[in-house]
Amino acid sequence: MAFLSYLISGLGLGSVYAIIALGYSMVYGIAKMLNFAHGDVIMVGAYVSFFAMTLAGIPFVVSALIAVVACTLLGITIERLAYKPLRQASSLSVLITAIGVSYFLQNAAQLLWGSDTKIYPTVFPGSVSLFNGQLSVSYLTIITILTCLLIMTVLIMFINKTKTGKAMRACSEDKGAATLMGINVNKIISITFAIGSGLAAIAAVLLCATYPSVYPTLGSMPGIRAFTAAVFGGIGSIPGAFLGGLLLGVIETFAKAYISTQLSDAIVFAVLIIVLLIKPTGLLGKKISEKV
Amino acid sequence: MLKVENLVVKYGMIEAIKGISFEVNDGEIVTLIGSNGAGKTTTMQTISGLLKPSQGSVLLDGVDLTKIAPHKIVPMGLAQVPEGRRVFAQQTVEENLELGAYHRKDKDEVKKDMENVYELFPRLLERKSQLAGTLSGGEQQMLAMARALMAKPKIMLMDEPSMGLSPLLVKEIFRIIENINRQGTTVLLVEQNAKMALAIADRAYVLETGKIILEGTGAELAASEQVRKAYLGG
Repeated sequence: MAFLSYLISGLGLGSVYAIIALGYSMVYGIAKMLNFAHGDVIMVGAYVSFFAMTLAGIPFVVSALIAVVACTLLGITIERLAYKPLRQASSLSVLITAIGVSYFLQNAAQLLWGSDTKIYPTVFPGSVSLFNGQLSVSYLTIITILTCLLIMTVLIMFINKTKTGKAMRACSEDKGAATLMGINVNKIISITFAIGSGLAAIAAVLLCATYPSVYPTLGSMPGIRAFTAAVFGGIGSIPGAFLGGLLLGVIETFAKAYISTQLSDAIVFAVLIIVLLIKPTGLLGKKISEKV
Repeated sequence: MLKVENLVVKYGMIEAIKGISFEVNDGEIVTLIGSNGAGKTTTMQTISGLLKPSQGSVLLDGVDLTKIAPHKIVPMGLAQVPEGRRVFAQQTVEENLELGAYHRKDKDEVKKDMENVYELFPRLLERKSQLAGTLSGGEQQMLAMARALMAKPKIMLMDEPSMGLSPLLVKEIFRIIENINRQGTTVLLVEQNAKMALAIADRAYVLETGKIILEGTGAELAASEQVRKAYLGG
């Protein structure tokens, strides 16, 4: 029963990683850049929802929506101001800029809101008891997992079925050819950042609901783990980001439970290295050989 | 219809196109021939807005295309079949065709055009749910042409459509180009296969290291001593 309990909490944690990993993966797939400021967008989302709840007394779900709107706008702004001018620049310049944006957001948060840790309000208290009380699963974990599944379903349908989704896939393959179809590539990149950052806000509130402390660097570690999850699953692939995120959460939880809390990060990264040695494109990453 | 005036295109310091002018009239097939590195693809990409010229203008029915955003050029009636086909390998044949009609709002007409395109390219109909990346080179070329047709262009730019194809397929492709033209689409064709291109062209220009050195009707150039020596193998 302990095993099942660890598995479920692993899936809960993994769901948060998966939602963050999506942002990394979609932006990478379309803009071909690693947005290292993504984790800090999570942090901003956490603060926005925190203040909405504590200062304005807005209920959790509504403050989560406010955080989604704020992060979406933030994501679009970051792209417009920091990355768009570098569209023709080398990928190294873009990477360094992304790291710069990350530090900027962290320090701005410290300046605006202080460096002290704020305690996030408790949301969705209580749990369901299963198997005559031998297994208890918190409502929060259930909601987190269901949210992740819902996002995955909606996103996959959006990418495969809608006109914008198809245009996004076209941009991810060949921006020049996409332009020749009349697709506004800049607009598609903007939309991608908007979606990724909106998802970061959802991840932020779920993360803070689980680990209720809010501080300026709170996005760094989940950001890096989710980035790992995206690479693990195959960066650029949406199902890959989900699979990578879920697996990473489960592996991390099992490692903490059965091996060692201190070694859990080392174990997670060791698994990543092994996967990349065997399958360099990640679990679901694919490389189609083009016929000439 | 299309008028290129004093076009200069630079890659950094290097001038790839050194001030060329030419025009394509309504209903014509016009070809630009020339060897590798003459600037044919650069010219095509500048017309469709993927490259920005440092001087000169590209007028489509009097509107200067160099002044507008590249994704707004297709809706004006200019579609390009790019060099190397550049189909969306990870999307199906049908999705590629839908992307060709991306800018169009007339859904019923799009549906009708899709049927017409499948009639013109029956091979694509057989493979409509297949990923474009799994098609053969010739099929991909057909898909690239069909995709451009879906934009319902007034003028279609084709960059090396015969590249890398077997002689039999090359004949097929040229037959299709003539067919497309006969149905009312003006064609600007860039080719290394000068013989075939001159045979179907109303008029032709010879491009050499970024300059136009000769122009005339297809038949005139095919008969010209200079062209025969340089491009038609004696």
